[in-house]
Amino acid sequence: MEITEAILLTIATAATPLLIAALGELVVERSGVLNLGVEGMMVMGAVSGFAVTQLTGSPWIGMIAAIIVGALFSLLFGFLALTLVTNQVATGLALTLLGLGLSGMIGESFVGQAGIKLPSLHIPGLSGIPLVGRLLFGGDPIFYLSIALTAGVIWFLFKTRAGLTLRSVGDSHSSAHALGIKVIAIRYLAVMFGGACAGLAGAHLSLVYTPQWVENMTAGRGWIALALVVFSSWRPLRLVLGAYLFGAVGILQLHAQAMGFGIPSQLLSALPYLATVIVLVLISGNRRLTMMNTPASLGRPFVPDR
Amino acid sequence: MISLTLTKRPQHSSLFSALSPFIAFGITLVFGFLLFLFSGKDPFNGLYIYLVKPLAEVWSLHELAIKSGPLILIAVGLSVAYRSNNWNIGAEGQFVAGALLGSAIPIMFPTLTGWFVLPLMLILGMIGGAAFGAIPAFLKVRFQTNEILTALMLVYVIQLFLDWMVRGPWRNPEGSNFPETRAFNPSAVLPEFLPSSGRAHWGFIFAILAAIVIWFVLSKTKKGFEVKVLGASPRAGKFAGFSSSGMVYFAFLVSGACAGLAGISEVSGAIGKLQPVISPGYGFTAIIVAFLGRLNPLGIIAAGLVLGLTYLGGEAAQFDLGISDKLARVFQGVLLFLVLGCDTLINYSVKLSFGPRAASGKAA
Repeated sequence: MEITEAILLTIATAATPLLIAALGELVVERSGVLNLGVEGMMVMGAVSGFAVTQLTGSPWIGMIAAIIVGALFSLLFGFLALTLVTNQVATGLALTLLGLGLSGMIGESFVGQAGIKLPSLHIPGLSGIPLVGRLLFGGDPIFYLSIALTAGVIWFLFKTRAGLTLRSVGDSHSSAHALGIKVIAIRYLAVMFGGACAGLAGAHLSLVYTPQWVENMTAGRGWIALALVVFSSWRPLRLVLGAYLFGAVGILQLHAQAMGFGIPSQLLSALPYLATVIVLVLISGNRRLTMMNTPASLGRPFVPDR
Repeated sequence: MISLTLTKRPQHSSLFSALSPFIAFGITLVFGFLLFLFSGKDPFNGLYIYLVKPLAEVWSLHELAIKSGPLILIAVGLSVAYRSNNWNIGAEGQFVAGALLGSAIPIMFPTLTGWFVLPLMLILGMIGGAAFGAIPAFLKVRFQTNEILTALMLVYVIQLFLDWMVRGPWRNPEGSNFPETRAFNPSAVLPEFLPSSGRAHWGFIFAILAAIVIWFVLSKTKKGFEVKVLGASPRAGKFAGFSSSGMVYFAFLVSGACAGLAGISEVSGAIGKLQPVISPGYGFTAIIVAFLGRLNPLGIIAAGLVLGLTYLGGEAAQFDLGISDKLARVFQGVLLFLVLGCDTLINYSVKLSFGPRAASGKAA
């Protein structure tokens, strides 16, 4: 019982950053923009969250800083890909490369410092409920944010007029433009939301998951988040499923490593990446599902004609 | 209010096509100048140490060749892939795969000597890289799986595999507990091409040769035409009778083989054994090189030298000025951004206007 509870809790911790980063990218892609810079924005969030926490002593301020930095950093991508209509694939890659380099430089003086963890919630009584008590009532604050964000994104995309507008921009930017919708402005907002989410996801890594700064500490999670969006076929609820599945793979391989079994630890560490490839293959094999949900304008640049 | 207006040029500007990498490089210099200024260093001295000093001595020119060789070799391969619209961003993994397969000879047969050892290793290196590149290609053709994500995931997988090999099966049986293989015997070491003046090895020559060959293929042969047509418009390519799945394989096999050759050359020429990490991110930096060279193999030679210089300058600046060598990666990232941004000038004329928008400019 104790162990099951602990494992459930760690799975939620491992899944949270994946879920948040992927939710942000889902909204970005729903608006028709492909931002491959998730890894870069995430690692910038991780380093700025950690650095600001160390400087101010407050992980809360650190978390907010990470969100702001993520959103500002995404604007670099936005300016190039949206205003200057550069190739989105190459520009997203550039954002990731720049983020990895910049975070390494910013974080250099913070390597090896003991961080401050964001305090977990603790509700006396409720968090003592066996099995799910600590999960539901004793988790870290960003975990609850991830749940709220999921609900918020579902509500926004499918229940509000603004969400409908955003989806229409992603499906046909020319028709949306003809209807008088400000395509570029909406895409800017979506890209910034994606950046803010990636920043928050990074902060979860450096303020909750492992409260310290290590260079490249995102270790490909931004890319896995991108794969999750494809896996979810752009549906937020399937995204939750995918993120927890991947969180579980990540945690179970850690436990398997601890127990030995004689399996090389490197093979176990490779499992999340291999699982990503396999899942991508399975989902793309299902043509109908992907064709139906892919935003039709995804990755296509838009220049308003005048 | 400041606003930017893009107007599509009737045809692409060959002036800006040639100028844009230089404009980007110029702005990166200004960025570097300001960065040095704000960190309290003499900017002129900083840029001198970064960009000029490494060129002033013969030994460091050799170092430049060692650093630029893999960048150029990988990037010319990538130019084929990117031109045909195949986003191979897993060159770092194909580099490792080539290094692994090529190293099998000197590690498993340490006493094997003879003239044939090196050519065999190089060929195995190319096969290793190409085979590893073939995985995302196969998945793209067979299942329409996004090649960007699969190629990148496989980088992590092969890096972990290398780590396992050098700590496990291939660890030096005669060595102490270091995670490394036995040192290659002299017949398995790629020789220097100017042994009297420095340690630059044949890997650089391979890179230049590959650039020339691929430049020829791209600009003078039907295959090159096919690459460009399918890259610009898969539909037009189909009408011309070109096979787009054949092109996916071609792009990944060529770029994989180049990366694999770069990998085995680096291991055999510069390191002399396998160890857990064999590349300072060459496979990713080569993406920047490819774009800075405007996906033209001859431009890529120049771009590779520039990016190789930032690696050297980064080391020199750390030594002389106490500036983090991570600055080099920031410069590289900024440079790629600017290159992409300046490329807009090729297809669009950009107008910067101040003040309120003209009445004719509808909300857009």
